Amino acid sequence: MTICLLEAAAGCRRPASLTLLLFVIQGEKSLLLVENFAEIASPLEIHSLPYSMFFSLLLILQIQVIENDKASRGGQIYATNIRGQVPPLVTTDCVIQDQGNASPRYIRCTAYCFPSSSDMAKQAQIPLAAIIKPFAAVPPNETPLYVVNHGETGPIRCNRCKAYMCPFMQFIEGGRKYQCGFCNCINDVPPFFFQHLDHIGRRTDHYERPELSLGSYEYVATLDYCRNNKPPNSPAYIFMIDVSYSNIKSGLVKLICNELKTVLDNLPREEQEETSAIRVGFVTYNKVLHFFNVKSNLAQPQMMVVSDVGEVFVPLLDGFLVNFQESRSVVNNLLDQIPEMFADTNESETVFAPVIQAGMEALKAAECAGKLFIFHSSLPTAEAPGKLKNRDDKKLINTDKEKILFQPQTNIYESLARDCVANGCCVNLFLFPNQYVDVASMGLVTMYTGGTLYKYNNFQVHSDGPQFLSDLRKEIGKKTGFDAIMRVRTSTGFRATDFFGAIYMNNTTDVEMAAVDCDKAITVEFKHDDKLNEDSGALIQCAVLYTSISGQRRLRIHNIGLNCSSQLADLYKSCETDALINFFAKSAFKAILSQPLKTIREILVSQTARMLACYRKNCASPSAVSQLILPDAMKVLPVYINCLLKSCVLVGRPEIPTDERAYHRQLVMSMDVADTQLFFYPQLLPIVSIHLNDAFPTAVRCSEERLSEGGVFFLANGLNMFLWLGVSTPPELIQGIFNVPSFAHISTETLLPEVDNPYSKKLRSIMDYIQSNRPYSMKLLIAKQREQAEMLFRQYLVEDKGLYGGASYVDFLCCVHKEICQLLS
Amino acid sequence: MATYLEFIQQNEERDGVRFSWNVWPSSRLEATRMVVPLACLLTPLKERLDLPPVQYEPVLCSRQTCKAVLNPLCQVDYRAKLWACNFCFQRNQFPPAYAGISEINQPAELMPQFSTIEYIVQRGSPTPLIFLYVVDTCLEEEDLQALKESLQMSLSLLPPEALVGLITFGRMVQVHELSCEGISKSYVFRGTKDLTAKQIQDMLGLTRPVVPVQQGRPLQPQEQPPISSRFLQPVHKIDMNLTDLLGELQRDPWPVTQGKRPLRSTGVALSIAVGLLEGTFPNTGARIMLFTGGPPTQGPGMVVGDELKTPIRSWHDIEKDNARFMKKATKHYETLANRTAANGHCIDIYACALDQTGLLEMKCCANLTGGHMMMGDSFNTSLFKQTFQRVFSKDFNGEFRMAFGATLEVKTSRELKISGAIGPCISLNAKGPCVSENELGIGGTCQWKICSLDPSSTLAIYFEVVNQHNAPIPQGGRGAVQFVTQYQHSSTQRRIRVTTIARNWADAQSQLQHIEAAFDQEVAAVLMARLGVYRAESEEGPDVLRWLDRQLIRLCQKFGQYNKDDPNSFRLSDSFSLYPQFMFHLRRSPFLQVFNNSPDESSFYRHHFSRQDLTQSLIMIQPILYSYSFSGPPEPVLLDSSSILADRILLMDTFFQIVIYHGETIAQWQKAGYQDMPEYENFKHLLQAPLDDAQEILQTRFPMPRYINTEHGSSQARFLLSKVNPSQTHNNLYAWGQESGSPILTDDVSLQVFMDHLKKLAVSSAS
Repeated sequence: MTICLLEAAAGCRRPASLTLLLFVIQGEKSLLLVENFAEIASPLEIHSLPYSMFFSLLLILQIQVIENDKASRGGQIYATNIRGQVPPLVTTDCVIQDQGNASPRYIRCTAYCFPSSSDMAKQAQIPLAAIIKPFAAVPPNETPLYVVNHGETGPIRCNRCKAYMCPFMQFIEGGRKYQCGFCNCINDVPPFFFQHLDHIGRRTDHYERPELSLGSYEYVATLDYCRNNKPPNSPAYIFMIDVSYSNIKSGLVKLICNELKTVLDNLPREEQEETSAIRVGFVTYNKVLHFFNVKSNLAQPQMMVVSDVGEVFVPLLDGFLVNFQESRSVVNNLLDQIPEMFADTNESETVFAPVIQAGMEALKAAECAGKLFIFHSSLPTAEAPGKLKNRDDKKLINTDKEKILFQPQTNIYESLARDCVANGCCVNLFLFPNQYVDVASMGLVTMYTGGTLYKYNNFQVHSDGPQFLSDLRKEIGKKTGFDAIMRVRTSTGFRATDFFGAIYMNNTTDVEMAAVDCDKAITVEFKHDDKLNEDSGALIQCAVLYTSISGQRRLRIHNIGLNCSSQLADLYKSCETDALINFFAKSAFKAILSQPLKTIREILVSQTARMLACYRKNCASPSAVSQLILPDAMKVLPVYINCLLKSCVLVGRPEIPTDERAYHRQLVMSMDVADTQLFFYPQLLPIVSIHLNDAFPTAVRCSEERLSEGGVFFLANGLNMFLWLGVSTPPELIQGIFNVPSFAHISTETLLPEVDNPYSKKLRSIMDYIQSNRPYSMKLLIAKQREQAEMLFRQYLVEDKGLYGGASYVDFLCCVHKEICQLLS
Repeated sequence: MATYLEFIQQNEERDGVRFSWNVWPSSRLEATRMVVPLACLLTPLKERLDLPPVQYEPVLCSRQTCKAVLNPLCQVDYRAKLWACNFCFQRNQFPPAYAGISEINQPAELMPQFSTIEYIVQRGSPTPLIFLYVVDTCLEEEDLQALKESLQMSLSLLPPEALVGLITFGRMVQVHELSCEGISKSYVFRGTKDLTAKQIQDMLGLTRPVVPVQQGRPLQPQEQPPISSRFLQPVHKIDMNLTDLLGELQRDPWPVTQGKRPLRSTGVALSIAVGLLEGTFPNTGARIMLFTGGPPTQGPGMVVGDELKTPIRSWHDIEKDNARFMKKATKHYETLANRTAANGHCIDIYACALDQTGLLEMKCCANLTGGHMMMGDSFNTSLFKQTFQRVFSKDFNGEFRMAFGATLEVKTSRELKISGAIGPCISLNAKGPCVSENELGIGGTCQWKICSLDPSSTLAIYFEVVNQHNAPIPQGGRGAVQFVTQYQHSSTQRRIRVTTIARNWADAQSQLQHIEAAFDQEVAAVLMARLGVYRAESEEGPDVLRWLDRQLIRLCQKFGQYNKDDPNSFRLSDSFSLYPQFMFHLRRSPFLQVFNNSPDESSFYRHHFSRQDLTQSLIMIQPILYSYSFSGPPEPVLLDSSSILADRILLMDTFFQIVIYHGETIAQWQKAGYQDMPEYENFKHLLQAPLDDAQEILQTRFPMPRYINTEHGSSQARFLLSKVNPSQTHNNLYAWGQESGSPILTDDVSLQVFMDHLKKLAVSSAS
């Protein structure tokens, strides 16, 4: 289907400066059957539509594309047996069956058919990238990964390129040899692995061995794959709590300590095991660090103060990291005492880098990988390495120096990150700032070590507590691979050139991650270095060597085969917009560190225009130059690109706190396709008639014009949730949701009450559904129409003109269209 | 007139002072010809049951450079209420309080029997005693348990108001906070990083935050509790808490891999202990008590690496300049010792291990601060337990036998100058008119600091006669010396003990026999030995021996009676007769011979030799041997191999060891069980007698000697055999006949050979 924008006739209320547009919808009438435009039968009639209506027609598409995909592929079984087939959209629920290629849950590509030559790739300007989420959670109705154990011999690998045995290996000479699909090297089959071939040249044990028939599987690694050739110890979690004045006063310390008493029962464990092998340790700190000995045979925990923050070290080994089940009483005793111990503290200065250092040293001393959970609230101003000063400078915004704000203040954090990665120490940071805390500097180690950054501005225990605790619970319970190293191998003709994500790279090929959890995705960009063979396609193997939660060294292999074509049309057909946006966002956010914002924005716009112009020129049926023709697979690209351009990271305005921008930047860097999709184009759900049926409400486009005074709307972007209430919302709805009689009685301060009626239940079930499978817990904000909080809500209506600048969708479309016209002429 | 022997004894009992010469040669030239320097052993706090301290301040000479204390030797004009200083001849007014004095109403300090007098003075508020335990946790479980019990026990021995603190160390150093309730809290330091006192105090939070002074409001120091209270607490407040803490003390939790020594940060632990006290209680009596079970293996002050395959340095390594860490470590501990001494604190070292523990490097900590040094095999021995217990022993007044932060000042009359001192002290660098340029021992000063001392601590003080030959001293003139010891008594009182002595001058040419008769050969031997040992610390062993030999030959030449080149004519008078024998045994002693001793042992022996009193020192030089047999009552016998007879039980006291040795026959009888038969009850008594006597010695000795009960032919008999004069060896066995004594397998010269050589050299006209 192609959408054409024609020059429209006069009569539309449009600003004179913009070209008037007209839509001609060809084919797929179903598109028009929704909403009130169903009766528009002929494209010609659109001429007479008022501008606002024509606007709506255009924008219905974003929602419609999602709904269409849901309708056509949702709930079905998607088998990955065909090379280069485009998977359902991330927004579509379906059951995925691994039949030789990795599930799209693990790998999604920007294009499933690669151009066969680099010239062609340059011409199309479509980024070739894969978004890999190696530890993605799989729903219970899909099979978890099989574990292959070859004992002491270890995994079978190609002698030349070291690729692992996978469905892309061709067995020849009656099964005695195999040809590597990646480098074409012919290898001997090890005797223990030999198997005869059947009539179609396939091994007779094809379906018995996961490494021959599946896209994703795991290998048990041998000692050669272990640090120092020693089997790894089980990982450890260290909880490091800032006990300075503000955290004590806000009640945060008490909240954390209380929660830890119960949440530690949910440490992740292997499916087959009763208890978790993960050990725990506790540190509190302000200007100095306090370690705790919680050995199970102690009657009382012991506190050890390390005040040498200049050169911090771990004061104890035995008794610091303990099994929670064994030391439960001592740990509980400690957690009871911590808030009291510091109850009358007046220490307001904190250190930060020494805290990470201490955690890292502790893991190093215990010879294990692990995670640090740091709960921190203020800018670390105490005299110590990594001391930070308030360097937030609004004057730098929109200048060439703006990038400084996203770079760390000192290079200590970078070297600390390197050490952490080298020792398998992942840093999770929970920030509770009341003012500027320099997220760009403080979050750096978290970013490089595959950790997660959480930020709760102006934290209040009663209102933000539930959100924080839910994040904490989720973070602690996450399935994680520790001390991981990832390598992406490709078949000849192209290779991985750039990597984006919460990763650390010592060289150009090895992706190091102190830990990688089920929410972290790595975006890998590919470039041609030769011609690709259309028959053999483009093969990608991603191997992650990691230590499991039980302390077993394993390899996780994901394989995916893509098609190759010398036809541009094939390429455009196989594109996936959601993945493209993920790539564009990450590469733009990475470029912030080195380039001015203006340049980045220009590049984004021009690349969008070039991609579309190339399509227009080479693939679309001939039509007037002034027509805007979008490829079917990219019809929502402009709206997403516009959303990306409007994100606070790329919009430099003094009103937006620098920390908030740095925070968003960091979050996006490790997001997967589904997360970026929701983050850049929030989901807006009308809740007017929810009680009428059980179906999930259909989203509407994020525009003010969709709101109605008499309605309640729910919006979520993965970080925040809003409940927008129109002034004339029916009282029964208000009563149902808030348990108060009228609009005026609703307090925006309160949490959503749990009321036993269909409205409330339905709303909460919607919230739960939206919340599920999202990495961050969202805090619900209530925005009443024409009240202060509404402004906050408005900035998420991404199709409108942005509060802090940024074009509306139509304006942007016009702008892109203009660029394309220029390119074509 | 009483004999000199009586005179000497009387003086010693009254003043705790013994001079090498009791009549002094009147000129510098003559004095140097006497070979043995004019010197004395001073026991500043000698226990005097008959010396009640007076409760007022001493009266001082008003001359700024003198400030001598009024004493019985001063001339007093009772009518004019004036007194003349006997050191500088300044005439001084008595203070108003002395207005009532007269010839019959004299203050104590003017009475001749009070040549030694003690004053109690009120200065400042009394501060409690401080005991800071520094405990090694890299011990075997059993050892640590024993040490913990000893420490817990010691809490009951401390005065209730005394402050106590605890530092433990292993790979890390932990300073335990004693005041907190509930959770036990400690500050941890890396064992490899040396910190300055300032850093330590910052990290322990001992530096007070600067509180802005509010205008118009006087500072009230009482508002804030003493900041150090967290680490040093009165015993009565926290003894339960500390007992529990000690009870929960675990072995150093860091794993020690096969073939490695545990990492022990003794250097940093001591540094922190010193820094803690420096910041909180400078110039207050405090004991740092270090308990260590092995050598420091990391950080500043490390003595040996953690690889077990490289053994700890031996004398051989040191001679070959092969002791990698020795110099650096020694420097570290010296710096610490000097800081400690400057603050008036002392460091005790209790080292219990089978191998060496680095006492060689750490010795200065105890030596310079007057601390104790104790060496044992294990904390789980009575040797350690009782020694440690004895540190807290009390005198007849129920006061601890320890004093702190003493300064000793020596004043001399004009004809004398002070060359130096040897003992558990450190120079205060007080120059004055009576300081000699020729240093012997720690010289160049007339004041020394002795951070800790007990009633037996004894210093050797060396003088120089400066009177010129051509300026004779009038007949009957007397030289005087005054020792002023200010110290903190264990009851926390400040006290001053003043001893003033005088001796006659004599012209060495006309009155040599007087001088000769007044020679105190016992103390002379000890004084020379101290010089020798002091030199041995810095010089090569053979050089020291040669120097001692030369001195002995010169002495014999000067005071012997002989015909030139006729060794057989050589005679020494009674007052010199024992001296060569002392020298013989001194040459063989572990203080000068390092063979068969580790550097640690040598340091330990020398430490004690340089601080014990005369009697003990003599035992150390020449051990005492008692014989028990049926032929008569127990009697002292010659320290000679001829004394080792089959039917004797020998009891030898070398100060460091008590050896009971059963002769061959006795041992056989004992094995046969005669002692259990009623008809041989006398044998049972014979066996019991040396045990009882040994027990008596063990009861009083500090540190506890090693107690060895052995018999003929047993390996432990070596302790006896190595000490006795080898008059019979495998070389001359048959010449002496088999009847008497038992031969010693050694090539060492015997006393007889030594004396023969000495005589030959003394009478030789060639030298």
